[in-house]
Amino acid sequence: MKSLESIVERCTELAFDLNFTHAKEWKAEEEGRVLVGYMPVYIPREIIHAVNGLAVGIMGAGDRKQIIKGDAYYQSYICHIPRGIIEMALDDNLNDFDGFIFPAICDVIRNLSGMFKVIQKGTFVKYLDLPQNFQSHIGGEFYHKEMEHILEYIEKINGARVTTEKLNHSIELFNHNRRLLEMIYDLRQKYPWRMTNVDLYHIVRAGQVIPVEEHNEILEAVHDHLQKDIGVKQDRIKVVVSGSFCEQPPVGLIKSIEMAGCYVVDDDFMIGSRWIQGDVDDASGNPLKALAEAYISRSPFSSSVYDVDNPKEGRLADLVKKRKADGVIFAAPSFCDPALLDSPILQKGCDDRKIRYIGIQYSENTGQFKVIKEQVGAFSDSIKLWEDEPVAV
Amino acid sequence: MSTEVKKEKSMIIQKEMIAGLFKDLASVKESGKKVVYTFIPGNLSELIRSFDMLPVYPEINALQSGMRKKSGEFIREAERHGHSEDVCTYVKCDVGMMIKGNIGPTGEKLPDPDLLLLSYTGCFTFMKWFETLERLYPGVPVALIQSPYQEDATITPEMTEYMVKQLKEEVIPKMEEVSGQKFDEEKLKGILKLSAEAEDWIVKIFDSTKHRPSPIDAYFAGVYYIGPINIGFRGTQEAVDYYKELYKEVQERIAKGLGPITPEGVMKEEKFRLVVEGPPNWTSFREFWKLFYDRGAVIVASSYTKVGGVYDYGFRHDSEHPLETLAEYCMNCYTNLNLPQRINLLEKCITEYHADGYLTNSIKSCNSFAAGQLMMMRELEERLEIPVGFIETDLVDPRYFSYSNIKNRLESFFEMLEQRLLIEQD
Repeated sequence: MKSLESIVERCTELAFDLNFTHAKEWKAEEEGRVLVGYMPVYIPREIIHAVNGLAVGIMGAGDRKQIIKGDAYYQSYICHIPRGIIEMALDDNLNDFDGFIFPAICDVIRNLSGMFKVIQKGTFVKYLDLPQNFQSHIGGEFYHKEMEHILEYIEKINGARVTTEKLNHSIELFNHNRRLLEMIYDLRQKYPWRMTNVDLYHIVRAGQVIPVEEHNEILEAVHDHLQKDIGVKQDRIKVVVSGSFCEQPPVGLIKSIEMAGCYVVDDDFMIGSRWIQGDVDDASGNPLKALAEAYISRSPFSSSVYDVDNPKEGRLADLVKKRKADGVIFAAPSFCDPALLDSPILQKGCDDRKIRYIGIQYSENTGQFKVIKEQVGAFSDSIKLWEDEPVAV
Repeated sequence: MSTEVKKEKSMIIQKEMIAGLFKDLASVKESGKKVVYTFIPGNLSELIRSFDMLPVYPEINALQSGMRKKSGEFIREAERHGHSEDVCTYVKCDVGMMIKGNIGPTGEKLPDPDLLLLSYTGCFTFMKWFETLERLYPGVPVALIQSPYQEDATITPEMTEYMVKQLKEEVIPKMEEVSGQKFDEEKLKGILKLSAEAEDWIVKIFDSTKHRPSPIDAYFAGVYYIGPINIGFRGTQEAVDYYKELYKEVQERIAKGLGPITPEGVMKEEKFRLVVEGPPNWTSFREFWKLFYDRGAVIVASSYTKVGGVYDYGFRHDSEHPLETLAEYCMNCYTNLNLPQRINLLEKCITEYHADGYLTNSIKSCNSFAAGQLMMMRELEERLEIPVGFIETDLVDPRYFSYSNIKNRLESFFEMLEQRLLIEQD
């Protein structure tokens, strides 16, 4: 078995390879393979896998690419993620991709799909209108049609027709992937010192750009390592990070949170990879329906999902309880309407339940973390030193 | 530049219509009428009316607060309650107004909602807005109808079917429950016939900008013209009569060779014809408009006046298919069009209304419009070789209206247009 260090090192390379070399090599290995880029937050990667495709997460350029053209396409008051994505599209980073999927998150990502249409990037550009109606025969059926639409696009490219067997097999692989991730999060909740959140971040992010089979092997190995008594326990508080579901925080920010005295025991970074809570039925005669049902009934709370009948503040509190966390760090990207409009709701929910929290804002290319580190450090100290006192936010 | 300002008959009719709506809202306790909070884009006015309920539009409250110079105070109040500086100021203005007592434009308290109808079309923030409203009005029933985005520049049967199902199984049952009335399809059909009639008139009115000089300003005055059709009067005889009268007045202006009416009277000389993309600024609306009419710039078409419905390609409410037509209407609103569709529509406007320039008013608060505007502008510049201009303001946050900055940018733009026109004349 490879060492944990070497696994993390490989995942770090994969996670931030903005040329998506590994995915392009995978495509080149065999005729008929397709690469489908997708933006945050969630798409049913299973359906791409079932038709000889690889769904590749385009999570933004982060702080790894200088934005020159992208800034000419976006006003200063629009978040940072689309700048990096359009920069990659205008450069050669996204060459060899066959199509792109833009799931419904917000108006910025929705309009970015139109920009990809204007510049004619890829053979197809699909805005995936995820349903906000959570009844199977209404929203579920609509979503079913949306998935069929994606499959039609891919069939036009490689002629691959989806079958029940293939789709069930893909579902099985992604179920395994989600189970492994959950097991790793569970282990980290108990023994967060065994692996940093930064390392976990790279491992999860690598899974966005490589075949699920390879990622499952990595996760199995990581899981095995984490069962060993490694690392040294430190005096840190446990926190849940919420609000980073789309534009990803710079790694330096995650590192700063950890260095400021926190163990991050849950987060919504790349929440799409853990989207479906529990397994999707992998023995169904109608796997698309099974995927639709899973989305309708077992999605997590997220700023991109209408929370009718299932208030997000309650679900966040449940997560804090489940993870035995001491508090919440609301880390939202600047100018992100969905996350920032949720903040007052979630923060009031925390106030009502006496859950301690702190709010910070970032951009994916933020380079200075001193202030954030001080804020988080004060938050961590206030919990460690004055546990019974209310925390001023 | 101006003659004496005299209110035209249509202006008086419109003022009375809107005053009447607010009077009805102020007296719901006596009348027993139920109140529906909903949004302009994709509004289901006809359906609300068929249940004899009254609409309240939070974004109209916000823009009215902006025009009455109240929005700054409301926004700061929302920010004191944890809202970020970065987010939509319509939402913050509305939240702040509610915290401060929900006093409407007439100075009377607006009634609380009996139903929150989240008809969310073309703007994701609407959904977040209603999640906030739900918590401000706990226990009030919520009906959500999602309008699929025209991502592929078309409305497919699946999209319509999805919406009709939501209408039948989500929206109508909640309206029946709240209003205590059964859904009456025949009544709805009658209302829809009047909607189509009003839509015919409004298309003719906005089409009048083909004339030189243009008899109307399709942006600054246009936002008044779209008022009745967007804020609950679509489907009424009152709206039809208002638009007939307005059309008559426009025809009279054309016959006399008159330009548009501005707050300072009739604009005398038409120097520049513009197409504008993006909502206007409301906090300094008059000053903003003046920057244009003082330089003889008239807006011959604007995307904002299509935010409550795009009728340019022939869509009219079809009373024979009442639910399907409501669905189609919702999906046809401007911000529910994809970017290539928006570009094509603006190209059509620039060409058909013989515009000399294209101006983007980029709104800090409104990603639904703003994201992609720079690419749209670039695309139109390349296709049509038309001079383009760009300014930034906000909807209702007075902190983001920098008069001198906007004036400077507009002056440069007008100078560029002047140069271009001189070259063309030569």
